[in-house]
Order: sequence, then structure tokens, then C-alpha cells
Amino acid sequence: MGTIRYIFRRLGYGLILMVGVVVLNFLLIHAAPGDPAEVIAGEMGGITEQMMADIRARYGLDRPLPVQLGIYLANIARFDLGMSYYFDRPVSQLIGQRIWPTVLLVLTAQVIAIFLGVVMGVLASRRPNGPFSGFVSVFSTVGYAAPVFWTGLMLIILFSVIVPMFPVEGMSSARFRGGGFAYALNVAHHLVLPATTLAIIFLAQYARLSRASMIEVLGADYVRTARAKGLGEGPVIFRHALRNAVLPILTVAGIQFGNLISGALLVETVFNWPGMGRLAFDSVLRRDYPTLLGVLFCASGVVVLANLVTDLSYRLADPRIRTGGR
Amino acid sequence: MAKTDTIPEAVSPLREAWGQFLKNRPAVFGLALLSVIVGLVLYGHFLHDADPYDIVWMPLTPPGDEAGIWFGTDFLGRDMMTGLLKGGGPTLLVGLSAALITVVIGILMGALAGYFGGWVDDLLMRLTEFFQVLPALLFAMVLVTLFSPSLWTVAFAIGIVSWPQTARLTRAEFLRIRELEYVTAARSIGAGNGRIIARVILPNALPPLIVSATLTIGVAILFEAGLSFLGLGDPNTMSWGLMIGQNRNYILDAWWPVTLPGLAIFLTVFAVSLVGDGLNDAFNPKLRSR
Repeated sequence: MGTIRYIFRRLGYGLILMVGVVVLNFLLIHAAPGDPAEVIAGEMGGITEQMMADIRARYGLDRPLPVQLGIYLANIARFDLGMSYYFDRPVSQLIGQRIWPTVLLVLTAQVIAIFLGVVMGVLASRRPNGPFSGFVSVFSTVGYAAPVFWTGLMLIILFSVIVPMFPVEGMSSARFRGGGFAYALNVAHHLVLPATTLAIIFLAQYARLSRASMIEVLGADYVRTARAKGLGEGPVIFRHALRNAVLPILTVAGIQFGNLISGALLVETVFNWPGMGRLAFDSVLRRDYPTLLGVLFCASGVVVLANLVTDLSYRLADPRIRTGGR
Repeated sequence: MAKTDTIPEAVSPLREAWGQFLKNRPAVFGLALLSVIVGLVLYGHFLHDADPYDIVWMPLTPPGDEAGIWFGTDFLGRDMMTGLLKGGGPTLLVGLSAALITVVIGILMGALAGYFGGWVDDLLMRLTEFFQVLPALLFAMVLVTLFSPSLWTVAFAIGIVSWPQTARLTRAEFLRIRELEYVTAARSIGAGNGRIIARVILPNALPPLIVSATLTIGVAILFEAGLSFLGLGDPNTMSWGLMIGQNRNYILDAWWPVTLPGLAIFLTVFAVSLVGDGLNDAFNPKLRSR
């Protein structure tokens, strides 16, 4: 199958998944106890009769359910995610601002986790019973078991009370007035702790996985062949073994994107990072359902896209799939 | 000794696995740690019984400063030790019930998909993929916010977002086992689909499912802690996550109200995953060398 055709098929499938998310959102609004109009307005009081009437008209709440679903879908197809009555702004505008900090955080954490995880796994696989290998096993169990928000809080204690090196709140300094490169540095400085916190859970899993996968691959016939023809350790590991061992890590990295977003939600709350997770948390406190459901919709979209990218990189890394080996 | 004793006695696979488990030091340590934690959570009130909401001393008293308040007080002056003992109950209860819900849905979906194949498989696997796309914590937040945040809503929300992995695992096992001879044999003597699924295939698919169920308990505990930390747990019950969430604004003045409950969560999940890894090794002799 051609790569282009494959991309289109996957995009179409992603679109179906997104419609599913919208239908689910719609069902949730109607399944929640109380009048849907009140659910959409949020329990914040001070809503006038006029506003309620507007909501009813806008969502067609006096029409039959299937028609309401149609209106809801049509609104979202136009990127109209409704109105946040708490922030008094369209939800799509709110999310448009908040999505990039989350993407930055999630991608940075993912890159750190994959890179360090693979390095640790490769080093550990050299001596499967050595001390470093033992350390990786213990570290991966520990990193997995620590609640991510707690790890973040522990890092805050460490880096603000004991060794003040990194800022522990927000995305840039409040009085920062520089532009361009200086601003990027400022953001990067603020990014260190949240990204490290988020990376730790996944780093643990990747290290464990790449260790197991490398041990298996290093025992394979083609590695023995490579060694037999006199290749040095470097080429054997990096050119022959790692390329195969990295495939399961790519698969898992793709599956983990949903969990990464869940983790980001907690990390953003801990570090006051102005992303979608923080927005979701604030909208829960304010019972601002359009915003909360909008965040759910967009976060699912990010996961769908991430899965697509993973699939494509998988095709690049494994020529057997590209040439239609199925 | 009688002569018949020279014939080695047949050991059931379960007993053999248990023997292997006991030889695994980290796993035994995990089991011991878990027993201590569960023991303290269940019977801690015999050691120290009090209302976790009672204010006993000055707010943010450090541990050991005052006789009888060994773990210090939180931002309202409530005894941390009482909170730690009482707060474990909801966490473990929700963790266990959520894991149970996860496993039941996951096995049901996976078994049907793997056994029947065809369009049933397609349909159920699409559903599984759909739930894997939803960011679990966010979806659970939506469920808990829209409906009331009781212990059961939280457990249900965690279960409904966590089952896809169990379903995939069950499906893979069913796909493998349904082709085996003893399944054909069972069918040839007239066993129906329900009987084959529940009595023939499922028992043979159990070992990896038991391992996964154990690990699911750990995940569910972390999940519950995360939701309570965000203030989305049952507001009327003290829990470890809630303690961390309520005290986090005072973190720069006082480390203990945040560190100690987190340590409790960490040790619990750590113990559970050591046990899970131990079970995995015990059930899969091939993996033991890793």
C-alpha cells in the first residue's frame, strides 16, 4: 500500500474516532443529571433567563434528540466548541491559547523519556546481570510506582528550598520583557522541572522495555552473524541490534500518548503550567462543562494525531511494513 | 520409606508457580510490604483511633515536635498519623474495585472478540481503540464532575477508562488458545460456546490475566490518588491523594503533610508491582533469566 494512501486511510479513521468523541460528549451532557441547558451554562449562578433561552436556541434543545446531535456535530465541525460562561470567551479561543504549552510539555517529556530510556536500556543490556542492569530494574519499578504529581512536588521541595536552581511555577517569568531567543531560554528554564517530572514515569517504562528488547535482540542470529564477520561492538549495537530493538519502544510510545496527556494534566496543575490540563482543572472547579468537554475533544485529537505520527515513523523504521509485508 | 515415594509426585501448575514466587526475593518482600500496609489500613484503628478531621494541635507542627503527634499536623492542625491510617482505606477500596471493574469488562470484551472473531472482533476492537484514544484521566474527570464524586463513581470512572489493555491481552490469549486441540475436543463432545469460553479457554488464559490484574490494581491506586489530589474524589472521605492536594500550597513551609501520604501511595504501588512482577516470573519460566 502506498504511503500517501495509507496516510489518507488513517486520517479518515482518525476522523471517525473524533466524531465518536463528539457523540460521547453529547451523550454525557444529556446523561448528566439536570437540564442540559443548565449543564451547558454551568452551575455558576447569575445566569439570566435570556442567556438560558440563548443556549436553548443555539443547541436546539427543544428539538428531538437526533436533530440536537446533528446541530452539535455541525457546530463542532466549524470549530465552534461553544461558549465558556465562566471565562466569557469562546472555548475554541481558550483552547487555542492553551494547547501549545501542553504540546511543548508533552513532546519534551516524551523525547527525554525515549532518549534516556533507550540509552539506559542499551547500557543495561550489555551486562544483563550487572549492577547497572539491576539499577535500571529497580529504577523502573520505583519510577512507575511514584504518583507523578507527588514526584513533581518532591522536585519543587528539592529545587526551591534545598538547591534553588529552577523556577517552580508558570511558563515564563512574570516580569520578563525580552523577546525571541531570550524568551525561549526563559521558557526552557521553566520547562525543566515539569518535563523532567512527566518524563520520569515514562522513562522508567522505556528503560525497562528497551533493556528486555535489547537482551532479546542481542541473542538473535543476525547479531551473531554481525559479530562473526568481525564488526566492532559499536556498529553491532547501534546499526544492527538497536534498530530492531527500538520497534517495540515506538509502538509503546504511541500507545502512551493518551497517558502522557493524563500525566500532563497533573503536572500542569502542580507547576501552574498554563496548558490544557490546567484549563481542565480550572473548568472543573468552576463547573464550566463546555470548556471541560472542549479540552477532552482537543486532547483526544492530539492523541489521534500522535498515533498517526507514530504509525508513520514505524513504517520508516521498519521497511518490512512499508513494502507491504503483511 | 515406601517404594512408591520414589515416583515424583505431580505438582499442580499453580503450586509450582507459588514455589517459584517464594524463591523470588523482591516479590516476597513486596508481598510482605503489602501485607503490612493492608494490615495497618484494616486494623490501624486498634493502634490509634481518632477522627481524621479532628484538630489536635497547632497547624503544621513538624513530626516529633510534640509527644503523641509523631507524624506532625497538617495545615489545619489535623493529626497526620490519623489521616495516614484512615486515608488508606478509600484508596485501597477504590483501587481494588476499579481493578475488578477493569478486569471484568476487559475479559468480557477480549474473550468475545478473540473467541468469535469476524465482525464481533472488528466491532469490539474498534471500541477498544476508541477508549484508548480518550485521555483516561481527563475522561474520568469529566465523568466524576458531571455525576456525583462518590467512591463508586470514581471506581467506575477508572474502570471504564482502563479496560482496553486487559481486553487486548485477553483477546490475544483467546486467539491463541481457541485453535488448540483440547478446545476442538471440548466442542466435539458437544460443549456450547458459553461453556467453552468460561470453562475451557478462560482457565487456561488466566496466568497472564492474573499478572495484568495485579498491575491494574497499582494503576487504579495511582489513578484514584490523582483524582483525589485534584479534589475530585469523594469529598467526605479522607484519602492519601486528598491529603496531598489539600496541603500542597504549604509545601514551602512544611514538607511532611505532602511527603508522607505520597510515600504511602508510592510504597503501596511499589509493593503491588513487585508482587505483579513476581507473579509474571513465576508463571513464565522462560522469562526468568531476564
